[in-house]
Amino acid sequence: MDIDILKSYIPLYKDALFLTMKIGWQGILLSLVLGLAGAAILHFRIPVLKAITGIYIEIFRNTPLLVQLFFIYFALPKVGIRITAETCGVLGLGLLGGAYMIETIRSGLESIPVIQTESALSLGMTKEQTFIHVILPQAISMSVPGLLANVIFLLKETSVFSTISLMDLMFTAKDLIGMYAKTIECLFLLVVFYLIMLLPVSILGSIVERRMRYGQFGD
Amino acid sequence: MANLGIDVLFKGTNFLRLLQGLWVSVEISLVSVAISILLGLVVGVLMTLNKLWLKAILKIYLEIVRIMPQMVLLFIVYFGTTRVFGWDITAEAAAIFVFSFWGVAEMGDLVRGSIKSIPKIQFESAYALGMDKKQTYFYIILPQTIRRLIPLSINLITRMIKTTSLVMMIGIVEVLKVAQQIIEANRKASPNAAFGVFAVVFLLYFIVCWPISRLAVYLEKRWA
Amino acid sequence: MSELLKVTHLQKKFGDNVVLKDINLSVKKGEVVVIIGPSGCGKSTFLRCLNGLEEIQDGVIVVDGLPVEAGKREITKLRQKIGMVFQSYELFPHKTVLENIILAPMKVQKRSKDEAIKEALELLDKVGLVDKKDYYPRQLSGGQKQRVAIVRALLMHPDILLFDEVTAALDPEMVHEVLETMLSLAKSGSTMLIVTHEMSFARAIADRIIFLDKGEIVEESSDAKSFFIKPTTERAKKFLKTFDYE
Repeated sequence: MDIDILKSYIPLYKDALFLTMKIGWQGILLSLVLGLAGAAILHFRIPVLKAITGIYIEIFRNTPLLVQLFFIYFALPKVGIRITAETCGVLGLGLLGGAYMIETIRSGLESIPVIQTESALSLGMTKEQTFIHVILPQAISMSVPGLLANVIFLLKETSVFSTISLMDLMFTAKDLIGMYAKTIECLFLLVVFYLIMLLPVSILGSIVERRMRYGQFGD
Repeated sequence: MANLGIDVLFKGTNFLRLLQGLWVSVEISLVSVAISILLGLVVGVLMTLNKLWLKAILKIYLEIVRIMPQMVLLFIVYFGTTRVFGWDITAEAAAIFVFSFWGVAEMGDLVRGSIKSIPKIQFESAYALGMDKKQTYFYIILPQTIRRLIPLSINLITRMIKTTSLVMMIGIVEVLKVAQQIIEANRKASPNAAFGVFAVVFLLYFIVCWPISRLAVYLEKRWA
Repeated sequence: MSELLKVTHLQKKFGDNVVLKDINLSVKKGEVVVIIGPSGCGKSTFLRCLNGLEEIQDGVIVVDGLPVEAGKREITKLRQKIGMVFQSYELFPHKTVLENIILAPMKVQKRSKDEAIKEALELLDKVGLVDKKDYYPRQLSGGQKQRVAIVRALLMHPDILLFDEVTAALDPEMVHEVLETMLSLAKSGSTMLIVTHEMSFARAIADRIIFLDKGEIVEESSDAKSFFIKPTTERAKKFLKTFDYE
C-alpha cells in the first residue's frame, strides 16, 4: 500500500464522509419524525390515517432503497416533481427508515401493559396526557436498542446514494478506482471511513442494550 | 399512458427481459439464503458453545457484518480479490459469496437467540436423562428452536431479495439494469419511459417481497 | 351524613356474558365499604366500572351530585372525583416517587409544582417514605410501592378512594404496612370502597360489608362483626367457610 496515495486521497474521502453523514443524519431525523407520527396514529387507531400508515409501511418495507431512490430521482421528474439529488437522498432514506421506526416504536408501545394506561387514566389524565407523559417515555426507552439498530441499518443503506450521483463514500471509491486503479488503497480507505461513521454508533448500541432497558431507571 | 412510458414495456420482449432481470436477483437470493440457513444453523450452535476463542472469532465476524454495508463487502470481494490474489471471480459468485457471508451471520445470530431463549433447565433435564451434548441439541433443543426460526428465516429471504438490487453496481444485469437499458433504448421514442418502467420495477419488487413477508408475519403469529 | 356515591341498576356485560347485574349501592361521606366475594364474582370489575375503565351497559352512577349514565362519555370526569389503587401498584417506572405523585396534580389539576411537592412530601412523611422521594419504583419493596400508589391517589384529593385487592400481590410481611396506612386513612374520615381477600382486615375496617357473588349483591351488612360470625344467606356462609381449615 502506498502511503502517499492514501494521504492524497484522504481529503476526498473526508468530504465524502461529511456529505454521507449530512444526508444520513437528516434522513434519520426524518425517519424518527415519521416513526413517532406513524406509531401515534396506529396507537390511537385514527381512522383513514391508520390505513394509509399501514400501506406506507408495507410498500417501503417490501422494496429496496435503491429502487425507491431510482423512482424518486428518475421517475418523478417525468410527472413534474423535480428534486435535487441531496433532497432525494434525505427523502428516500427518511421514508424507508420511517417504515422501520414506526414498527420499532409501535412494538415498544405495545410492550407497555394496558394497566399502566389505566392507572394514568384513573388519576384523571386524558388519553393524550397519558400517551405523552406515561406511555411514550417508557416505550421509547424500551425501543432504544431497536432504534439504534435502525440507525445503523440506515447509515449502511446510505451506500446506495452513489447511484443517484451523490458524491458519497461509495461514489468516491468507485470514481478513484476507475480513474487511477489504486484499488487496494481505495478499498482500504472505504472501510476505514465506514468504520469511522458506524463504529461509534455500534458501540453506543451495545452499551445502551446492556444498560437502558425497561426497569433500569434508577441504576 | 403513452406519455408515461408504460407502452415501452409492451414493445418487443421488453417486459420479458425485465422479468428475466428480476429472476437473476431472485436466483442469487435463493442460493444465498439456502447457504445462509445451512451454515447459519452451524454458526448459531457454535456461538452457544462456551469456547472463548470461538466466541471471540465469531464476535468479530458478526461485528464486521453488522457494521460494513453489503455494498462495501461486494466491492472488496469483487474488485479487491482480483487485485490482491489475481482471482478472476465472476460477479455472480462474488454476490453469492457476500450475501451468504452476511446471511450466515444474520441467521447464526437468530439461531443463537432462539437457542438462548430455551430455558437452561431443558438442557439440564436432557443431561439428567443421560443424553450427551450432541443428542441434547439434536433431539431437544433444535426442534424447539425451529418453529421460532422459520418465520425469521422467511424474513431473511425478503431482505436478501431487496439487498440483491445492489448487484447492478458490480455489473450484473438484473432488473434495474434491464430497466435502465430499456429506458435508454427508447429515449427518443418515449422520453418519459423512466416513469413507467421504474414504477413497474418498484411494483415487481413489491409483488415478490410482500407475499413472502406476509407469510412470515402469519407464521410468527400462529406459532407465537 | 350526605350521600357521596349512588349506583343504580348498574349492568356490565362482556359480550353476552353478564358480569354485573342490577347493582344498587349508595355510599355516604366518610363511610368505609368493603366488598368481598369469591374470585370471578365481579368485584374488581365493579370498581373498574366506577372509574370508567369499563364501559357499563345500563344504569347510572352519581358521584357528588354528578350523574353519569350508561354509554355517556362524561364517565371520565368521574375519575377526578374517584381515586383508584391497583393490585399491581402501577407506579410509572420511568419517574421517581415524587414525580409519580405530582404528575397528575400538575397536568390534570394544573396545580403549581411547588405546592404539589409540598403536599406530596407531607403525605409521604405520613406513610414514612419521605426519604425515598427520589427513588425509582424498582428500588422499592412491594409494600413501599403500594404506599406510594396510595399517596399518588390521595394527592388528587378524590372524594372516594377505590382499593382493588391492594395487598394481593404483596409478600405476607408487607401486607401489614399497607393495611396500617389504609386504617389510618379510614380513621381520618376518608370515604373508601375496598375489594379485599383479607377477612380479618375487612372486619376491622368496614362500616359496611357487601357480599358479591355471581355478579349480584347477595348480602349487605352494616355490622361487620356479626356478618363474619353469622351471615344470613347460605351463599355467604359457604364462602366464609372456605377460609376455615377445620
